[in-house]
Amino acid sequence: MSTTDPVREPLTGTLIFERGALESRCVEAPVLDVPPVSLGEVLGGQARTAPPVLPHVTEVEIARHYEHLASANFGVDSGFYPLGSCTMKYNPKVDEWACRLPGFAGIHPYQAEETVQGALELMWGLQEALAEVSGLTAVTLQPAAGAHGELTGLLAIRAYHTANGDPRRRVLVPDSAHGTNPATVAMCGYEVAQVPSDGRGGVDLEALTRLLDTDVAAIMLTNPNTLGLFDENILAITEAVHAVGALAYCDGANLNAILGKSRPGDAGFDVMHINLHKTFGTPHGGGGPGAGPVAVTEALAAYLPGPVVVRDDVGAFTLRTPERSIGRVRSFLGNFGILVRAYTYIRALGGSGLTAVAEQAVLSANYVKELMRDSAWDIAYDRTCMHEFVLSGGRLRKETGVRTLDVAKRLLDHGVHPPTVYFPLIVDEALMIEPTETEGKATLDGFAAVLRAIAEEALADPGLLQSAPYTTPVRRLDEAGAVKSPDLAWRPRGDVDA
Amino acid sequence: MRFIPVTCEEQVEMLARVGVTSADDLFSHVPEAARLSRPLALPAPVGEVDLAAHVSALAGRNVDAGRVVSFLGGGCYDHYVPAIVDAVVSKPAFFTAYTPYQPEVSQGTLQAIYEYQSMICQLTGMDVSNASMYDGATAFAEAALMASRVTKRHRVVVSGAVHPEWRETLATYVEAGVLEVTTVPSVAGVSDADAVASAVGDDVAAVMVTSPTFYGTLEDLAGLGVCAHDAGALLVVGTNPILLGVMEPPSVYGADIVVAEGQPLGSPMSFGGPGLGVFACRQQHIRQMPGRVAGRTTDVDGRTGFVLTFSTREQHIRREKATSNICSNHALNALAAGVYLAAVGREGLAGIGEACVAKARYLADALVATGRFAHAFDAPFAHEFTLRYHGDVADMQRSLLGRGFLAGLDLGRFSASDAGLVLFAVTEKRTRPQLDAFVEEVSAL
Amino acid sequence: MYPNDLKYDREHEWVRVDGDLAIIGISHFAQDQLGEVVYVDLSSASGTIAAGDSFGEVESVKSVSELFCPVSGEIAEVNAALEDAPETVNEDPYGDGWMIKVKLSDPAEVDGLMDAAAYEAFLSEEA
Repeated sequence: MSTTDPVREPLTGTLIFERGALESRCVEAPVLDVPPVSLGEVLGGQARTAPPVLPHVTEVEIARHYEHLASANFGVDSGFYPLGSCTMKYNPKVDEWACRLPGFAGIHPYQAEETVQGALELMWGLQEALAEVSGLTAVTLQPAAGAHGELTGLLAIRAYHTANGDPRRRVLVPDSAHGTNPATVAMCGYEVAQVPSDGRGGVDLEALTRLLDTDVAAIMLTNPNTLGLFDENILAITEAVHAVGALAYCDGANLNAILGKSRPGDAGFDVMHINLHKTFGTPHGGGGPGAGPVAVTEALAAYLPGPVVVRDDVGAFTLRTPERSIGRVRSFLGNFGILVRAYTYIRALGGSGLTAVAEQAVLSANYVKELMRDSAWDIAYDRTCMHEFVLSGGRLRKETGVRTLDVAKRLLDHGVHPPTVYFPLIVDEALMIEPTETEGKATLDGFAAVLRAIAEEALADPGLLQSAPYTTPVRRLDEAGAVKSPDLAWRPRGDVDA
Repeated sequence: MRFIPVTCEEQVEMLARVGVTSADDLFSHVPEAARLSRPLALPAPVGEVDLAAHVSALAGRNVDAGRVVSFLGGGCYDHYVPAIVDAVVSKPAFFTAYTPYQPEVSQGTLQAIYEYQSMICQLTGMDVSNASMYDGATAFAEAALMASRVTKRHRVVVSGAVHPEWRETLATYVEAGVLEVTTVPSVAGVSDADAVASAVGDDVAAVMVTSPTFYGTLEDLAGLGVCAHDAGALLVVGTNPILLGVMEPPSVYGADIVVAEGQPLGSPMSFGGPGLGVFACRQQHIRQMPGRVAGRTTDVDGRTGFVLTFSTREQHIRREKATSNICSNHALNALAAGVYLAAVGREGLAGIGEACVAKARYLADALVATGRFAHAFDAPFAHEFTLRYHGDVADMQRSLLGRGFLAGLDLGRFSASDAGLVLFAVTEKRTRPQLDAFVEEVSAL
Repeated sequence: MYPNDLKYDREHEWVRVDGDLAIIGISHFAQDQLGEVVYVDLSSASGTIAAGDSFGEVESVKSVSELFCPVSGEIAEVNAALEDAPETVNEDPYGDGWMIKVKLSDPAEVDGLMDAAAYEAFLSEEA
């Protein structure tokens, strides 16, 4: 029984539940080689009475189903992905190979340390490398993501202040910050105080000075910031923050720009998280898993979550929980599979290769920025940028009615993943472009040409853009309907929705 | 340079266009004190052949489950992963994609998430599943925060039979004082129902338990559910999804939020991460649910499509008022779980669950029969069980490691009061000859 | 767009006085800025409320706005129909899209709000 026409079937929409037939099987349970048990008895009367409804499919149907889905997806291997602040660089395949080695994929977190020395050595090596790159002293690899690293770092800051008998109430966050920053601040029981940006896109120093007092626990700063700008006043900022006894937290989302060129620790930051899935080439996985290690100064090392890897005098690696640890932020040791990929990446490139990454990423961003000069878009905060820059579509919208969203959708028709849109919030109709170092010049030239062609289209026929895209597996979706009549799970026919 | 396709000649052209002579000039506005004036003190670049040899050597220094017979569990399990799972997860269109914020070119990820959510709802009996979280421990902590938002109460009662790392994660998450945690010590390997009842009051947002417990025992969820609901609190249940083909779903016992470590569903152990944070709840509470969620809708041409929805709960819109700061999910592990459940299907999942339970029972009986071990608790168990060892646990484990066995988890490492207890996990991968050989080695100790 | 018989505040709510009752909703400008309204949360709207207090939230797909009460008093009625038909806020912001009714404790407060002309001037200033 097939519910779909294999010839005219759309790429997506047909669910795995709707494929196959009741008798179809793929992987069956092994033949039971011990005496069977009565589940009703051994499970204390908790044996399942109504089985879950799962797909009945053969392996070939699974393979085709997911191949259909994959072909309706756009990844870095599909094409240019200049998604600002997300660092969608190429993900080396050797990293994928490495994390699947049985010696890594097949080990258990509770094995005795002497049976996992290779894994611990890798983690230790990664800790050391991240400390060197960040200019900080101690590193925890536990956090599973950037936002998770923020939580870890801010809780360490909180514990530090508390231990000093100086609990504080507020954390400063610039108006250009990612939403995770204020959300993390709230999770840590602090109040958010917003710091405005100045005319050059950096922190407004005067406003900062006004906001700083002994109730401020920390400032959370993305540097380079979400406008792609390195804050020229960074030393003054961290100094002013330290002067009131507060700490400086660096959101490392944009570390790719400064690898080997500038280290947050040297700029006066006390804590930073590092997104391995941005800077160190591990894949984004369609939303995760990533990893968000946190690096701190000596003064904060004792507060990191445990365990961290240490090397003893004879070169053996052991796990140790820091003395005044805030405690775990997750189970086990971290997203180890991601750590393997990042370690492999760092060893492949070495120190010189990482520096070359930053130089090319920054050059490519500045190059595309120049290509977009005197176009339908205005360059927001027009000065030398780091790894990304922001265009404003405000003028285009006024002149044609075409919004940045429409431009983004039209880019899809040209085989380019759109840049980040409507962020940062302080730029009208923002289009945030991060080319990354792994794109060739022809790709960058082509992208600029496509944007300019789209501007022509906007002038000639705004409606064309406002209805885009046309060539994608689906077109604009009814997002309002998705909220008003939620359909969040398939249910077998006859099953009444709650 | 590796992974940088720009040629030297092109680089010169690009520099000229930007108006600088070297890439380093682009950093000239970075204050001197914040500049790194020396090369990074990291090893030199390594070509792929040598790199592969180096990384292989590191991997080779670990004793993996292919080289020993493992009875280690405690939240991370050596289940069989069907070959089709990695074949799907390895597709670059899945693993090199970003979060599906542009739905028109992310239907693969979005539909896979929707299917995953559907399967989790089937397994747990809940109305809604999110697109996944980091792991079971963080999902558990987020469940406490969500229960607090739903009930507008600020204390949770947690069973001492919950995995110690889950409890510790919860404690860290609420360290800032956003929530008070009352831990009720377990008795005989399960929650102490009387103690839970007396700990629950009208200030309690949730009663939080797992079944199976950390000790492998099964809780009386029905009783705990009544206890929670009578006080107006939610019942949060941690479960193990691999068992839900044979065990009643938590919804049957009135669970309001169900969380789990989803690693058993198609993810490798990988030294404990990345895992899969399963999170499911009731439809009525969806606006307080953390994490992203995919929904089915239609496009302008009437075609079925999928989008991330209910986004106004999330940090990128609601900022400091968001339901969580989470900005990702473990999409690739969720994809693996979806493929896994499609591959084994209802019968396979039930068969695997039954095999685990039967083999665990077989091993437990045989180990107790050696006289070296005794049952620590009377409560029923599924595929994990706790025994008391008559002797030194560390010695026993070291000795059996030499014989090729990872002889369970020494619970003394988590709590002094559990010294002498060993937690064994038995998956469908363990064969009768392996179990018999292990028992023989134990007898010979 | 901005009926003359209503009063407006700077948070884009409107007020219609009917005896000692104030009927409150959001302006055409507010609903237009939000785009398609998908959810109106009035679950916290009950009891006494002071001018400037929040009485709920209104959501579109990609934004959420807090609702502020322009007047003080006792919340007398909540528009329960919006739960199932939030789009009414877009379709009929001054009619069926009303949100709450407040029994005024200080009717003079209404005089402090903007009339339609002042509100339109305020809007063009903001733009």
